[in-house]
Amino acid sequence: MRKLLLLTTVILVGLVFIARLFYLQVYDNTAYNIFEDNAIRKVYNYPKRGYVYDRNGKLLVANQPSYDVMVIPREVAPLDSLEIEEFCHLLKITREDYDKKLEKATHYSPRLPSPFVPQLSKKDYAVLQEKIRKFEGFYILKRSLRSYQTNIGANVLGDLGEVNRKTIENDAYYTLGDLIGKQGIEKTYEETLRGVKGIKFIQKDRFNKNIGPFKEGTLDTLPQAGKDVTITIDSDLQAYGELLMKHKRGGIVAIDPSSGEILAMVTGPSYNPNLLVGRERNKNFSSLFLDKVNKPTFDRGLQAQYPPGSPFKVINALIGLQENVVTVNETFTCRMGYYYGSRRLTGCHHHRSPIAMNGGIAQSCNAYFVNVYRRIVDKYDDAGKGMNVWANHAKSFGLGNFLNNDLSVGQPGRIPDGDYYDRQYGDNRWGSTYIVSNAIGQGEVEATPIQLANMVAAIGNRGYYYTPHIIKNIEGETIDSKYTTPKYTTIDKQHFEPVVQGMFDVYNEGTAKHIRIPGIDICGKTGTAENFMRIDSVKTQLTDHSIFVAFAPKDNPKIAIAVFVENGYWGGRFAGRMASLMIEKYIKGHITRTDLEKWILTHSLEDEYKKPYSGEPFKINGEATLQVIENYATEENYPLKNQNQSDVKL
Amino acid sequence: MLRENQRHFKFDWITIILFLLLLSFGYFNIMSASHVGEITSYFDTDQLYGKHLIFIGLTFVLIVLILSFEAKFYEQFASVIYLVAMLALIGLFIFGKDVNGARSWYGIGSMTIQPSEFAKFATALAVAKYISDLQTNMTTIKDQLKVAAIIFIPALLILLQNDAGSTIVYLAFFFVFYREGLQQVYLILALSLIILAVLALKFGILITAIAAAVIITIVYLFRKKKRGSVLQHIIVLIFTIAFSYGVKLFYEHGLKAHQQNRISLWLRLEKDPAKLERMKKVEAYNLIQSEQAISSGGVSGKGFLQGTRTTGKFVPEQHTDYIFSTVGEEWGFVGTSFVVIIFVLLIVRVLYLAEAQKSQFSRVYGYGVASILFIHFTINIGMVMGLIPTVGIPLPFFSYGGSGLWGFTILLFIFVKLDSNKINEW
Repeated sequence: MRKLLLLTTVILVGLVFIARLFYLQVYDNTAYNIFEDNAIRKVYNYPKRGYVYDRNGKLLVANQPSYDVMVIPREVAPLDSLEIEEFCHLLKITREDYDKKLEKATHYSPRLPSPFVPQLSKKDYAVLQEKIRKFEGFYILKRSLRSYQTNIGANVLGDLGEVNRKTIENDAYYTLGDLIGKQGIEKTYEETLRGVKGIKFIQKDRFNKNIGPFKEGTLDTLPQAGKDVTITIDSDLQAYGELLMKHKRGGIVAIDPSSGEILAMVTGPSYNPNLLVGRERNKNFSSLFLDKVNKPTFDRGLQAQYPPGSPFKVINALIGLQENVVTVNETFTCRMGYYYGSRRLTGCHHHRSPIAMNGGIAQSCNAYFVNVYRRIVDKYDDAGKGMNVWANHAKSFGLGNFLNNDLSVGQPGRIPDGDYYDRQYGDNRWGSTYIVSNAIGQGEVEATPIQLANMVAAIGNRGYYYTPHIIKNIEGETIDSKYTTPKYTTIDKQHFEPVVQGMFDVYNEGTAKHIRIPGIDICGKTGTAENFMRIDSVKTQLTDHSIFVAFAPKDNPKIAIAVFVENGYWGGRFAGRMASLMIEKYIKGHITRTDLEKWILTHSLEDEYKKPYSGEPFKINGEATLQVIENYATEENYPLKNQNQSDVKL
Repeated sequence: MLRENQRHFKFDWITIILFLLLLSFGYFNIMSASHVGEITSYFDTDQLYGKHLIFIGLTFVLIVLILSFEAKFYEQFASVIYLVAMLALIGLFIFGKDVNGARSWYGIGSMTIQPSEFAKFATALAVAKYISDLQTNMTTIKDQLKVAAIIFIPALLILLQNDAGSTIVYLAFFFVFYREGLQQVYLILALSLIILAVLALKFGILITAIAAAVIITIVYLFRKKKRGSVLQHIIVLIFTIAFSYGVKLFYEHGLKAHQQNRISLWLRLEKDPAKLERMKKVEAYNLIQSEQAISSGGVSGKGFLQGTRTTGKFVPEQHTDYIFSTVGEEWGFVGTSFVVIIFVLLIVRVLYLAEAQKSQFSRVYGYGVASILFIHFTINIGMVMGLIPTVGIPLPFFSYGGSGLWGFTILLFIFVKLDSNKINEW
């Protein structure tokens, strides 16, 4: 017994040790990760971010150097209050900021670097550079910031912001403080533009001194520069669109039908992209983002879903022909509306009657299209089946679903089908008369301006479209084949000609007679959409939205366009004029009808937008007077080039 | 001639091989932990590991010397050796040199020697000599006190030189005494007092006293043999409370601040987060770094000379007391469990051989060797992994340093010599 005490104790201690070692080294040990090893300093080398050019080779986005003060909280040596004061003075922050920032960084991780003061000015950097050595645990990280060579296209170009925690957790590439594309092409082409950052592993000692490269630098990588991209936007046309959209809300999308390239993508109101660069970024971003009335960060060209109104009628004409329920020459009577028995299902305006397809489109006759639409739906015994056939045709124009393209935002719009109404009314408890609003692009149908632009592009092409996209060329790469393969609609080619002729006559004798462009054959369609708003929980009607879609020239079109102006009243009033100007600008390169241009520039809808918030009763549509402004923007005082960016290093 | 040869091979080769394994593996780890800059050669005397290689070379000279003496020499001269060692310790008060606040070194030219490392084997010899005396009876109080004095003298001298860690090593002799007849009651008493001390510190005197009272009452009520009066039990209880109070007082006023903090960290006594944070940066810094180094090694380690925390010198004193963390980082669980197993095998082997000795002197000395190795092994590795409070003592045959290496080598090889001689006894 006495012999065993030491023996058993020795063996017991041995077992306890092995158990403890097993716990420390095997059980509790997540695989060794060099990025979490605080004995190894990781020095990132950020590559040049790719430049952005417009379709004509004009430089839109370049880079400028920026300097961030970084901190590794654990390595911060205790400073006396004088030193902290000096440091704060150098960084232009207060003592409270200092404490708060340090605490925030410590909370994130005491071991990993966090940005302490991002994006110093060059002057502050020059002063600080000399003194940063005194403040252990802090260092300056050089990065490159975006430098916008233009004032336009904020929604197109997007912006860079600091990567958020969630992204860091999901994507090992990013570390805290890295910049990442937040919107626009910066977001969709992030990986192309950013390149790959290089990394150097450096062995540290416990005094945080660099000893030398880790493993002789065999694990180090060199940065790979980001690629330059050329986008499909025509910056002159984009700038002109933004100028026209001043003092209005809405969206313009222009597409080259022969390629699906987006020529312009305007949203109003917009902002200067330079607001989202540098130290003021956060402040500016909040004020833009929190503006819930004007919503400048809401891309109305891509995200706003409106009932498309009359432009949608041409789709019904095409479906009617394809489904063989109407012929081009068949006429329908319009008695200032469509009557079902003695009940008027929809009204109409004054025009000649009876009317065939060409007149129906040119005069935008509601009754004509309700007749055609009802025939399509009622062609089959089951209205549900008829609606499904109708919806399939409509969807083949890129409506009712995401376009699945390279834009950072988008909305699906809506094309209702049989199932949709079965859910709304109950199985088979509805018929074509319930849903006649779809015939004239109201009711349940919704689309975004880019979908409408794509829709007219498909009509202009007589039956196919290319997915609208913004990338034109990536340095050394070919663009995705989904942008170069045509998508065919379900309508046979021969049915397009009479419809195109109808749209041509809109300009010749129809609703857009007054906005013809001399020398250019335009095909278009006006639209007006009623809209309502809840004011103090009362559904109140506001002035109608003004809508216009067009393509030109009539044969082999070069441009397809959709314009949407919120509360602009009838289609020809704002949207039609703007579409006409945009087409002329793109095809001719200059504006011949300066009085038309001046009308758009001098007329503002800002008073109109204030009405619902005024708290007082207000008049709408024809009863309201239109606001005219004296100090209006022109191409001369709305420069494309940003003058402040002259010190940019390329 | 033949007899000479036979004798040669009576050395216990298992012990020697285990010793050589520890020595050589230790050397490679010292190289990792101590090298500065590039390693150009394994024998670079400008670097610490090169110096250690010289110590290792001299170790073999020592071994040859020790083995060449007659076994009887060690028994006959045990007292003299002990006396010389004690004088060397006393001499430190006059000629000693302060290193890190401990006055435990002699400086001879550029070399330093630490006599406390040699006092261990001297004490083991003296204890063996005294206990193996025919007139000694370990069950008598008189002999218990005398043998206690033998270990108390070096322990006290070393404590006075401010080297508390090395003092604790002398507790190892308890195993020797117990093996040689010390009554069981001492074992029970020792264990009870240790538990009591920990309880008193961790839960406070009141809870400890209540717990003691409950246990003593139960023992009194359910005892089988009707021994001991109520009064006796009450005296035990009072003693228990007094002891707890004494421990608390000693902890609060008797210990130096850093010792107090080490215990506080171990028992997690500190509740103030700010103070705890500060302690983590100061007292627990070594421990945290060492634990991180060990656990970062994972199953198979980062490879020889590849430990990032070792290369970065994150663990202070890594080549001496914290050498085991290098093993942990560079050789992983495979390496650390290898070292633990070799140590256990070595101690068990020495124990086995000690029990096989015919002479009581050899047996007691062998037990002393095993106990001293055991306590170093337990405290050092336990400390590096955070299982016990920080106590600065080296890992035998592994840590950097000449005195330590030689002290342990002499300790072990005197026993190897004694063991080889067992045939010649009687």
